[in-house]
Amino acid sequence: MARIIVITSGKGGVGKTTTSAALAMGLAQRGHRTVVIDFDVGLRNLDLIMGCERRVVYDFVNVINQEANLNQALIRDKRCDNLYVLPASQTRDKDALTKEGVGRVLEELAHGYDFIICDSPAGIEHGATMAMYYADDAIVVTNPEVSSVRDSDRMLGILSSKSRRAESNEEPIREFLLLTRYDPARVEKGEMLSVGDVQEILSLTLLGVIPESKSVLTASNSGVPVVLDRESDAGKAYADTVARYLGDDVPHRFLQVEKKGFLRRFFGG
Amino acid sequence: MGLLDYFRSSRPKGSASVAKERLQILVAHDRTQRGRPSYLPQLQQEILEVIRKYVEVDMNAVSVKYEQEDSHEVLELNIVLPDTAQGRI
Repeated sequence: MARIIVITSGKGGVGKTTTSAALAMGLAQRGHRTVVIDFDVGLRNLDLIMGCERRVVYDFVNVINQEANLNQALIRDKRCDNLYVLPASQTRDKDALTKEGVGRVLEELAHGYDFIICDSPAGIEHGATMAMYYADDAIVVTNPEVSSVRDSDRMLGILSSKSRRAESNEEPIREFLLLTRYDPARVEKGEMLSVGDVQEILSLTLLGVIPESKSVLTASNSGVPVVLDRESDAGKAYADTVARYLGDDVPHRFLQVEKKGFLRRFFGG
Repeated sequence: MGLLDYFRSSRPKGSASVAKERLQILVAHDRTQRGRPSYLPQLQQEILEVIRKYVEVDMNAVSVKYEQEDSHEVLELNIVLPDTAQGRI
């Protein structure tokens, strides 16, 4: 049976889709059969970030409405055989996602996959609640910034009250914090909330810290999940995050400013 | 500036600490609201209407507190009546 992971945040633009793509690719590369589903009906973007936008024929809503079967809609990743993408519909609205329909699709997927990653839309409306409803684990993507932290906390409240596990009094969803766009230099200057500050406010298990990195935009420009960029800090940090999620004991990296040489420190710059 | 920074031991308090303080207050407040039943605002409104039939009280004279403890919930109503009987209609 598959483990269902929701990538959520409340606030938009914090890196949910980037994270969904990176985590899905990371898990698949480690040998786990993984499917990543775009729940952002009407504003689909996961296909672009995954680089499979021209291969979309049928989508999640078609499968829910039984206009296509799962095998017709799933797109197999060209870089990794274990990875499949289920794109969102671009033309419908979010009400097309019904609790029964989503449940049926997840149930069917659960037999053939190890991990199902649900890329949630921003907000706390229908699409976001559908993405998290059936989750076993939640990864709350947060920027070290006031509105994002507040929205994450709001999302935690919803996870603990409106999910299937909450409604049926099962063991609650496991919640993890993933801090993205982290800038250690600004933290050191006291200009940005530190990872410790955010953890203290949200009291969540820290799964990873992704440093602010140019490679994220470069990766999305070319439709390559950033985890495949082994040279970049962000790529390495996502690979660490995947390893940590799978239970490896990996120390956090990129939390400190890289030490400058003595001369550069002395003369500034 | 590099040279000066090198010798400066204590940094001025940055905006991050302001952000943290604001968030701690806000999140604590948000969390107290979270477990509350959704009927509370309407309950407060209706209680206020009943009281205002008899006594002229302020719109915020009724406070409703809801607390959750291990085995039970406490709903506390606090109504501030005016000082003198002149408040009667």
